[in-house]
Amino acid sequence: MNRSPLLDVADLRVYFPVYAGVLQRRVADVKAVDGVSFSIARGETLGLVGESGCGKTTVGRAIINVLRHVSPDVHMSGSVTYHADETAVNLLELSTKKMMPYRRRIAMIFQDPYSSLNSRLSVREIVREPLDLHESSMSPRQRNERVEWLLEKVGLQPEYAERYPHEFSGGQRQRIGIARALATNPDLIICDEPVSALDVSVQAQVINLMEDLREEFGIAYLFIAHDLSVVYHISHRIAVMYLGNIVEIGTRDEVYFSPKHPYTQALISAVPVSDPQKRGKQRIVIEGDIPTPINKPSGCSFRTRCPIARPECAQLTPMLEPHSPTHFVACPYVGQEFAPATEEENGFLQ
Amino acid sequence: MERKPLLQVRNLQTHFNIEGRWARAVDGVSFDVYPGEVFGIVGESGSGKSVTALSIMKLIPDPPGRIVAGEILYRGMDLVQLDYHEMYRIRGKEIAMIFQEPMTSLNPVFTIGMQIAEVLQAHEGVSEEDAYYRAAELLTQVGIPDAEKRLDDYPHQFSGGMRQRVMIAIALACNPSILIADEPTTALDVTIQAQILELMVELKEQRKDAAIILITHNLAVVAEMCHRVMVMYGGKVQEIADVFELFGNPLHPYTNGLLQSIPRPDLPEYRGKRLVAIPGNVPSILNLPRGCKFCTRCSIAIERCFVEEPPLIEITPDHFVRCHLVETTLAQPRTFDGQSFAETA
Repeated sequence: MNRSPLLDVADLRVYFPVYAGVLQRRVADVKAVDGVSFSIARGETLGLVGESGCGKTTVGRAIINVLRHVSPDVHMSGSVTYHADETAVNLLELSTKKMMPYRRRIAMIFQDPYSSLNSRLSVREIVREPLDLHESSMSPRQRNERVEWLLEKVGLQPEYAERYPHEFSGGQRQRIGIARALATNPDLIICDEPVSALDVSVQAQVINLMEDLREEFGIAYLFIAHDLSVVYHISHRIAVMYLGNIVEIGTRDEVYFSPKHPYTQALISAVPVSDPQKRGKQRIVIEGDIPTPINKPSGCSFRTRCPIARPECAQLTPMLEPHSPTHFVACPYVGQEFAPATEEENGFLQ
Repeated sequence: MERKPLLQVRNLQTHFNIEGRWARAVDGVSFDVYPGEVFGIVGESGSGKSVTALSIMKLIPDPPGRIVAGEILYRGMDLVQLDYHEMYRIRGKEIAMIFQEPMTSLNPVFTIGMQIAEVLQAHEGVSEEDAYYRAAELLTQVGIPDAEKRLDDYPHQFSGGMRQRVMIAIALACNPSILIADEPTTALDVTIQAQILELMVELKEQRKDAAIILITHNLAVVAEMCHRVMVMYGGKVQEIADVFELFGNPLHPYTNGLLQSIPRPDLPEYRGKRLVAIPGNVPSILNLPRGCKFCTRCSIAIERCFVEEPPLIEITPDHFVRCHLVETTLAQPRTFDGQSFAETA
């Protein structure tokens, strides 16, 4: 793997204002992303996991700088540095027009293969749209040939190009979405829950396809998902988010097999194992629900559900601290009172 | 098993009229559910698993759907023959159901207390006051703090996990003998899923003679929860077995394919290996193949599979499989320790 950096996200914050009352005054902020930093190398897959409302989707959207179109008064700070060949650009500062050339470098695949394809366009038009926008030097014929080539790459017959999305199953539609994302030969694809809407037997096909494409084209993925076994399977590194913060980041084995943060430990122990022989593994069940990001707890945002919380946690906002050169954890009390279940106890080893 | 089954489904046929054509959503499904067990029904979209559940509850929307044939025997009584009023006394009291969408299955304009009390008043004939008192008890039982205060809250004031707890409280209000849970945790986050599954196990412990029918597409949830499992595909039962037998010795190529296609980080020898995917797509129930429903995607299908539907046979005691080639798959039992299906085929 080529280890040169592709994307650096530093202290990214995304706040959506909340208005209330007759005068529609700004009363609070939804702190969807509250100081997130990570980097992705060329050809690397970073898995981003967390429960609903933790801000993982917002991180993906902030990177391609589309949030302003969704919510014009969104407040963003920090930086998203994209390393083009020789130069580095902060995407957050770019205007929509200046952002255009980077949109062909960073593509996106969405969760719902039903609503993410325009039902009035044929497959050819859907996959050709990015080429029409970004590859003006290509002749129409070249573009059409590329569409057919792309369809073949994602495992669809080129004859399907004239059909419309409703004629395809969920898995095939997700393939069309992948072909569209691949069209401009991107360096990075942001995949927002790309397989969670698919049937189990089709999920594996799409995951294999994504791995093949990564191998062939050296694409990096930001793989946003909630299914930890899928994320473990496809990712090189995993970042775990909780209420707008990354609480732990490391290689997939570090995060999955020796999680340090109490939230990661609970999250991983909650994953059911597909083997009845390994039933009854010790669970760390965390009580309660995720607090709202409007009114985040002070200090460490996990403290309201944390099994090892102390009074100090209300004051201190934990920073990511290294536990190995690649493993960072945002909890100062890790490993002090809380003995994490060993692999054996978790039933990972037979 | 010598025990007397609580529920016997025999040759159930539930068909839907889609634009003038009859789709066999459930096509000759038979199974038994015994007291005290958690019976899993696994399948993908369109396999007929939810329609099977709705048929048992007699909640099939008619039109377009209809139970065309078959028997659903509950304690010797055929539910298919019951009229609306007779079924009313069974539904919610003897057999209760919880649904996938905790967001839409509660009525947004009534308080939680009213919705739980409604069941009790309808079936147990208790006074309103007593019903509310019981409702508070039930909410406490399913782990909702401050239950008495929360009775007057509306569904939107609850989170997804809490709403699913309320649904469970409603389902358990009359102490049913059978609880049908249709994808109860699919819409929930994984930590909340763990809480809800834990709760279901706990409640199960309290009623040893009751049964749960758990419908899911998530094999890991099945592995954690169920005693026996039925695998459905194309409206037909493809395999029924004890959960240990099914995961350890899956005989149907579809079951095997499903088990191979999920990532297994818990198995060191599988880490970093490519997943073994089942080729093709789930066929539409309007366009099912004539022979074996799985033949279009099966890696070992022979000519016979395309023309002749195999029967469901009991290959070893209590292990039923619908496959012409079961003798060959039986000869080479494939477990997770063995080679993958596609490699050996």
